[in-house]
Amino acid sequence: MSGQNKYIVGIFDDEDVLVHSVEHIRHEGVKIHEVFSPFPIHGLDRALGYERSRIDIVAFLFGTLGFCLGITMIYSMMAVDWPMNIGGKPNAAPPIFIPVTFECTVLLTAYGMTLTFFVIAKLIPGFTPKMFDIRSTDDKFVVAIDLGKNHHTQEKIIKILKDNQASEVFEKEL
Amino acid sequence: MQVTSHVRAPLVTGGKKLHDVTEDICKQVEGKPTNLWYFAFGISVLALAYGSFCLYKTWTVGLGVWGLNRTVGWAWDITNFVWWVGIGHAGTLISAVLLLFRQKWRTSINRAAEAMTIFAVFCAGSFILMHMGRTWLANWALPLPNTYGSLWVNFNSPLVWDVFAISTYLSVSILFWYVGLIPDLATIRERATGISRKVYGILSFNWSGGAKDWQRYEQVSLILAGVSTPLVLSVHTIVSMDFATSVIPGWHTTIFPPYFVAGAIFSGFAMVLTLMLVTRKVFKLEDYVTITHIESMNKIITLTGSIVGVAYITEFFIAWYSGVEYEGYCFINRATGPYWWAYWSMMTCNVISPQLFWIRKIRRNIAATFVISIIVNIGMWFERFVIIVSSLHRDYLPSSWTMFYPTMYDIGDYIFSFGLFFTFFFLFAKFLPVINMAEVKSVLKSSSAKK
Repeated sequence: MSGQNKYIVGIFDDEDVLVHSVEHIRHEGVKIHEVFSPFPIHGLDRALGYERSRIDIVAFLFGTLGFCLGITMIYSMMAVDWPMNIGGKPNAAPPIFIPVTFECTVLLTAYGMTLTFFVIAKLIPGFTPKMFDIRSTDDKFVVAIDLGKNHHTQEKIIKILKDNQASEVFEKEL
Repeated sequence: MQVTSHVRAPLVTGGKKLHDVTEDICKQVEGKPTNLWYFAFGISVLALAYGSFCLYKTWTVGLGVWGLNRTVGWAWDITNFVWWVGIGHAGTLISAVLLLFRQKWRTSINRAAEAMTIFAVFCAGSFILMHMGRTWLANWALPLPNTYGSLWVNFNSPLVWDVFAISTYLSVSILFWYVGLIPDLATIRERATGISRKVYGILSFNWSGGAKDWQRYEQVSLILAGVSTPLVLSVHTIVSMDFATSVIPGWHTTIFPPYFVAGAIFSGFAMVLTLMLVTRKVFKLEDYVTITHIESMNKIITLTGSIVGVAYITEFFIAWYSGVEYEGYCFINRATGPYWWAYWSMMTCNVISPQLFWIRKIRRNIAATFVISIIVNIGMWFERFVIIVSSLHRDYLPSSWTMFYPTMYDIGDYIFSFGLFFTFFFLFAKFLPVINMAEVKSVLKSSSAKK
């Protein structure tokens, strides 16, 4: 099939070894395509040189939107569109805004942020993910190196992986 | 390389390796259901069927089939609603609050607790819909334009706040639970074949476990936990305001929000224990849900049970100290009137029984924990019954004083909710991983015992 890239895949057995090895491999000038693991590993994103995620800003913006929508909804229904005399109470008393506005803020923060995460991480049902080795969902840690994007030779990359305690190294076209 | 701490008891015993976790948890999903599962599931479906019949009668005949009368306008319906929604507080509390406090023992129990939360909120919601009588007009409680209902909803009303609180809580809990499930569903997908591979493939949302995905995933989980924590507290606060903003003696008290929240956590943890003790036995998960987990939950039960106990006593004291005649009578009537048995059942179950957990042997004993967890939930049901019915049955006009007697439809609708809850729970326990594999694996190295 055309459009397939050739990868060198290194398998690691231990998460602490993995993080150190990733640092060494990058130090040798090898560009890592991605590392796959069965659970989140602290410090791995730093070892890979990833910038911090800005999803918290998205969450804040959606929260602000929810807050504004909540207040607008209550005010427009209670005081603008159809004001009613309910026991002589004021139509738009701020304390009654608190519970519903809070719920709207939380709802939009949670859904806005998570759906954004699904879109940017391409977590969309129906797609088949690229799996370099299925053991990365079980008990192994998988380092994938795109041969086309590296100036090192294949033999050199394999050697670097093996020198850095990879328990298994193989080629894969995906 | 595994390290065993001398300070903290291990969270996972039996010298488990990463692959063992996958095998142990996936085994339940991949194997055929046992006869015990079919038996339990069958009973749940039967309860659901009988309950559905009673619900059908409630809808077609009207709320007159319930034991309500002109004096007691809320009874089993709202008692059951508050009871279920209280139970539904433990899951998100375990996942969100314990995540923020970095309590690693949550990892083995959060999945099942969150699932339980969602199903308990389904049950709570079903009572809200039922007690409307004309459930097909439930859209009137939503902020829809006047052409779709009667008028805009009244935002002065705590019942409207409740609609928003419960629906937000349910939606966010489902989201939180599902986000946690995605990596585990991917693990099952890679092991499955044929049709189930396709199904779990769709359910696992294209997850591959890349480092960038995990980085974002962790941040999303943390922020979800951050927003869920005040959400959990807000839900039962608003439920308590359904009562506290009225002027009925026994309801009109400012202590209600913290008292209800503590009670909700109390009953929620009790229900988690009841279910987890059975699940760990049936699915042989003793190495994952250890005595240490059970002990931790029992400590929370003791704490929240004591808060509830203090609240009961404070309420009683304030009723006398306020000098309000009606408030004072209401509480004397609760303890010595025709519903004395409900009041004292509540006191015994909720105040005395959790105090037994001060004794280390009892809180580390599985049989004792199981019995007390059920007693606590019986007590918490009585608490809501006492608050609702005993406050209403003797109002300001002695000529309208009366008693409430449940009919078969009151009981049947309660059975409906049990059927609904357990049918969903057994389906969950069979088709989805009951323990969060990814999270357990992440703490395995630091907190598991060597063989």
